[in-house]
Amino acid sequence: MADFTLPKNSKIKDGKVWPEPEGAKNTRTFKVYRWSPDDEENPTVDTYVLDMDSCGPMVLDALMKIKNEIDPTLTFRRSCREGVCGSCAMNIDGTNTLACTSYNSEVKGDIKIYPLPHQPVAKDLVPDMTHFFAQYREIEPWLKTDSQPPERERLQSVEDREKLDGLYECILCACCTTSCPSYWWNSDRYLGPAILLQAYRWLADSRDEATGSRLDQLEDPFRLYRCHTIMNCAKTCPKSLNPAKAIAEIKKMMLERQL
Amino acid sequence: MAIDNRPLSPHLQVYKPQLTSVLSILHRITGIALAIGTLLLVWWLIAAASGPDYYDTAQRCIGSTMGRILLLGWTYALFYHLANGIRHLAWDSGRGFELNTAYLTGWLVIISSIVLTIVTWIAGYVVMGGS
Repeated sequence: MADFTLPKNSKIKDGKVWPEPEGAKNTRTFKVYRWSPDDEENPTVDTYVLDMDSCGPMVLDALMKIKNEIDPTLTFRRSCREGVCGSCAMNIDGTNTLACTSYNSEVKGDIKIYPLPHQPVAKDLVPDMTHFFAQYREIEPWLKTDSQPPERERLQSVEDREKLDGLYECILCACCTTSCPSYWWNSDRYLGPAILLQAYRWLADSRDEATGSRLDQLEDPFRLYRCHTIMNCAKTCPKSLNPAKAIAEIKKMMLERQL
Repeated sequence: MAIDNRPLSPHLQVYKPQLTSVLSILHRITGIALAIGTLLLVWWLIAAASGPDYYDTAQRCIGSTMGRILLLGWTYALFYHLANGIRHLAWDSGRGFELNTAYLTGWLVIISSIVLTIVTWIAGYVVMGGS
């Protein structure tokens, strides 16, 4: 059932305001969500002021500057710093995106940074993604075949290969899934945009022979049909993919197989 | 490590409203409003069937300033739900998902629902002779 407010232990309190850098002429203020499992305190939002003349252009650069120079306890995931790995997905300036591909200069006013929405927080900006990846496992994201394996690779025509464009590029950063209000209220049973886009990636693959059983698994009031075409997913995807369209294609396949 | 007391990260509290989500929730709100409006319509029909006195009372209720404000709201809800419903029909056929198109049709729904509401009310007042 939809709960529009945060539980008692999740309400955000005022946090620490760190001292401003001395002699800096070009500063920006960063407000960052903090929570530590090591005490019984509620989450807070800490305020950091950075000298932008000595800071890289991306939000991830600012986070690393905070960690390196001001507060080494700040915790966040990052790896590739070029929008390929999906580790640094977080809520920046009110929408989900990757910290490494977001410019500080594109945010007006204070730069507010929260973890991906409506997730259990392990520490600071690190959400626990166990449930998300368990749902990914549930759609069995691998090639399934009944026919005898050919001598060489299973070949695909250029046209069939093109059907995977806009699907295979997904990096599973979970920006879309955690932007979806329907997923916020029903994540226990609804698979969410990222996982459904992945499900369609296998449904659309000409080499996969398990289309029927894949559709059977999705034929459920919650797993698939909690998508109400809100389209926050497509709006927020840092790779400019369109999970809403992929989900619509699955819904169409459900109908077409009954005709 | 404490896993039981993990906080839930903020969602509605921090996520920026955008055209996509705002129009979606408005679709649901207008749907609920129309369901309630249908009860009023039933009441009005029962009043008409119950005789001139009761019908007269109903008419005075609906024709009062408050009644007219509510009717204006319901008119808008009807046209919004209709226009956005057509948008949903296009989506159901797999069309109109590109972000530019979704924003264009979103604004079209807003504009057309406002225009249709205004036109309906002007037509209503013209038919009623301005009362």
